[in-house]
Amino acid sequence: MAQRTRSERADRIRQLLETEGGAVHAHASASNARRYETYDATDDLEALRIEARSIKEAAIDRLPDLIDTVREAVEANGGTVYVADDAADANAYVADVVESRTDAAGIAGDDDTPSVVKSKSMTTEEIDLNDALEANGIAVTETDLGEWVLQVADDTPSHIVGPAMHISREEIAELFNETFDPDEPLETAEELTRFARDHLWEHIREADVGITGANFVVADTGTITLVTNEGNARKCAVTPDTHVAIAGVEKLIPTLSDLEPFVDIIAKSATGQPISQYVTMLSPPTDSPTVDFDAPEEPITSGGASTDEAAAASGHAGERDFHLVLLDNGRMDMREDDQLRETLYCIRCGACSNSCTNFHTVGGHGFGGETYSGGIATGWEAGVHGRESAAEFNDLCTGCSRCVDACPVKIDIPWINTVVRDRVNRSGEPEAYDFLVDGLTPDLEGGGISHGKRFFGNIGTVAKAASATAPVSNWLTDVDPVRGLLERTLGIDRRRDLPSFERTSLVDWFRSRGGADASKRRADRARSRGAAIDREVVLYADVYTNYVDTDRGKAAVRTLESLGIPVNVPDLPESGRAALSQGMIATADRQASRLYAAVAEDIDAGRDVVVIEPSDLAAIHREYERLLPEESFERLRSNSYEICEYVYGLLENGADPAALSTGDGDEPVAYHSHCQQRTLDLEAPTVAVLERCGYAPDTSDAECCGMAGSFGYKREYYELSMEVGERLATQVEGAPTVVASGTSCGDQLETLLERDVPHPIELLAPDGSPT
Amino acid sequence: MTVDTVGRFERALEGLEVGLERVAAADASERIERIVQEPAVGVALPFDGVTLPESITTEPTAAELEAARTGVTPVGFAIAEYGTVAVESTPDGAEPVALYPERHVAVVAESDVMSDLSAGFDRLADGFDAGRDSVVFATGRSATGDMGELVHGVHGPGDVTVIVLEGR
Repeated sequence: MAQRTRSERADRIRQLLETEGGAVHAHASASNARRYETYDATDDLEALRIEARSIKEAAIDRLPDLIDTVREAVEANGGTVYVADDAADANAYVADVVESRTDAAGIAGDDDTPSVVKSKSMTTEEIDLNDALEANGIAVTETDLGEWVLQVADDTPSHIVGPAMHISREEIAELFNETFDPDEPLETAEELTRFARDHLWEHIREADVGITGANFVVADTGTITLVTNEGNARKCAVTPDTHVAIAGVEKLIPTLSDLEPFVDIIAKSATGQPISQYVTMLSPPTDSPTVDFDAPEEPITSGGASTDEAAAASGHAGERDFHLVLLDNGRMDMREDDQLRETLYCIRCGACSNSCTNFHTVGGHGFGGETYSGGIATGWEAGVHGRESAAEFNDLCTGCSRCVDACPVKIDIPWINTVVRDRVNRSGEPEAYDFLVDGLTPDLEGGGISHGKRFFGNIGTVAKAASATAPVSNWLTDVDPVRGLLERTLGIDRRRDLPSFERTSLVDWFRSRGGADASKRRADRARSRGAAIDREVVLYADVYTNYVDTDRGKAAVRTLESLGIPVNVPDLPESGRAALSQGMIATADRQASRLYAAVAEDIDAGRDVVVIEPSDLAAIHREYERLLPEESFERLRSNSYEICEYVYGLLENGADPAALSTGDGDEPVAYHSHCQQRTLDLEAPTVAVLERCGYAPDTSDAECCGMAGSFGYKREYYELSMEVGERLATQVEGAPTVVASGTSCGDQLETLLERDVPHPIELLAPDGSPT
Repeated sequence: MTVDTVGRFERALEGLEVGLERVAAADASERIERIVQEPAVGVALPFDGVTLPESITTEPTAAELEAARTGVTPVGFAIAEYGTVAVESTPDGAEPVALYPERHVAVVAESDVMSDLSAGFDRLADGFDAGRDSVVFATGRSATGDMGELVHGVHGPGDVTVIVLEGR
């Protein structure tokens, strides 16, 4: 598959925004809202997630053993296990089962075409089973209502759990009325459902073979677990006398007791239901009698067999045939891959899609590959279909990390996306030499990375140069030909306001007002008036705080000093956040080491590292685990804080909020936290500090502002970013004051609301001149 | 079992719009007859002193199964926490009888109502040890949102009633 060009990608996204985005947003955001409610109502949620993850870790670790175990168990039950290497292997096996069963038992129903009914299974989508069976002269009917709609419409799933959520009721009604021409046109959801039920029942009762997926397979009992709401999986599994279950090998778990946490959590994470309607645990061939609808007068139990022996004697139990097809298709290689292995823990609940604002906006047809969609799809597509399929949509993960808290098995989905982005970068063709970009990008990345990625990945160097040349650089970037050049070479959308660089960086400002010594004197003066908290702070001047939004840095310095805390603002290396966003892991790794080295002595001296930009703190608290030795990571993580979290800690320890600029007690403020800040559970401290300082903050519940670093600047994603931002802006626009913790969030809101959106620390900082 | 386990079960079922009736064994047959809509099919109840009403066809033919409006089955146990009943795949057809008709009447002994999922899994494990290894946890009514709004009664029953047999 050839990669789309930037403008083709922009067109595709625009088209999805117009056609499918609305319906997907309505469904996915509703599931997400229910998930929050259900998660909140689950007392032991965290323990449940930890347990589920550890079971998956252990199961994947001993997967070859589990395959042997399940083979023994299924064979002991009277069924067959087949491990398929790839799609072709699996499809050929299933076609063979259908043919041999219909040869042996004759074709059920009136037709002379062998027929199969299927219950929704992404794994069979992955291998394109329907096409393969149809090529073998076998009729296939999907029985999941959403999946059947897609089959009738000749469309593909756009969501792991709600495959047809991109199609509205009106569109389904139109499709059914045109295709089936019912006596009375169908209109309501009720009518459409009844029609589908009756139509599909005809297929199910006459089917030769029922095919299902499996949400989990218990190895030591050979038990297939199917989690559904409609009941079609039960019908497909027990109505025809032959049942084929197709599952990725990663679905194996060791024992029945291991199933419990998954049964408890899968519906909660998927749709926000406490439990789904049907959790079917079958150890086939089951004892249920087969029902021959071609012999309507025959008692289904043939004489009232009520024991296994009698059923066996009557021949019914013996008629059942069961095949478990375990699919490899790249999974055993993923298991060996230290970065992609986590993908195999996925239980396909779709929570990552539901928590993703970009997914809400374009749906799985934009945010997905050949089969899988949403956040975790990058890992799946890279593993089962290859890097190219993943590359198509990988950029749509902005790394906002909201899926991290949603995932029931605690997969670090943004990291998988970063890793795949890094690999995609490396597999590209090196672009033509460009002195401008190469000169600005002293990174460790090899050829093949686009200029845009290198530019954003090295934004610190760029900002330094721009600041040094401000205001000329600011004037230049406003000039049309320059914007055109930036758009052509770097893909920066010309409609997006660019950051305005300050001539004097925060670090220079701090130095010019006397540096650390002067800060200590100011803090001592404040301390003599109030509680003595014996701490010292190294304030991390991230790229934006240092060169663009210096006001929030100044506010942070003045706030800390007025609470009696001496501050230093040294010139520190970049955190690596920008490089990570572009999938430049080698560069980020080097920057992480440099930053650690630069603050190690301060930490050893007992100073606290305070970070203003949440995305930089997130790099330090989350991604550095992958980049630094464990001890260094722990040391830096446990001694670094977000600015408002830190202020909250000071107030809790006796500092006097009266020293700060305070509201009148109930001054309304709309507060948008930051996606990564929320994932780190750091929204609450900011809210608490605002409240203690006399404000009445109302927090936004949009998952993300849509900017997420460089994303919103890129030409192909500009409109998507604005669409997401619009939802946030609508939430907060009525408030007299709007504050946001992240630079990107602030930029996005300022553009949409056309007014200043400061950092909360600017509201809290003591009044007076910023010197 | 805590005193209020059945109460908890009842509240969970209320949320699912599933009725619960507490019935003494001696009255069960009559009560079931009032609840079912005919034609009805069923699976013999394994509880002492409890029989299905005569109007309910056991050992149904395929045609009777398909035509039935109600299916009555015993269930091995229930889980109060979620309002779940555990339907077993037995040779006498509990699975299809519970699944195909529009209405399912599930009969469970009071002593088989477990408090939570964990206790349910203990019962499930006991059953597996005893050789019953195909069980459906059925919670509420079959449902779909695939047609644009939530609709009940898709492939499975759209109407469920649970009868709890007391005093056993």
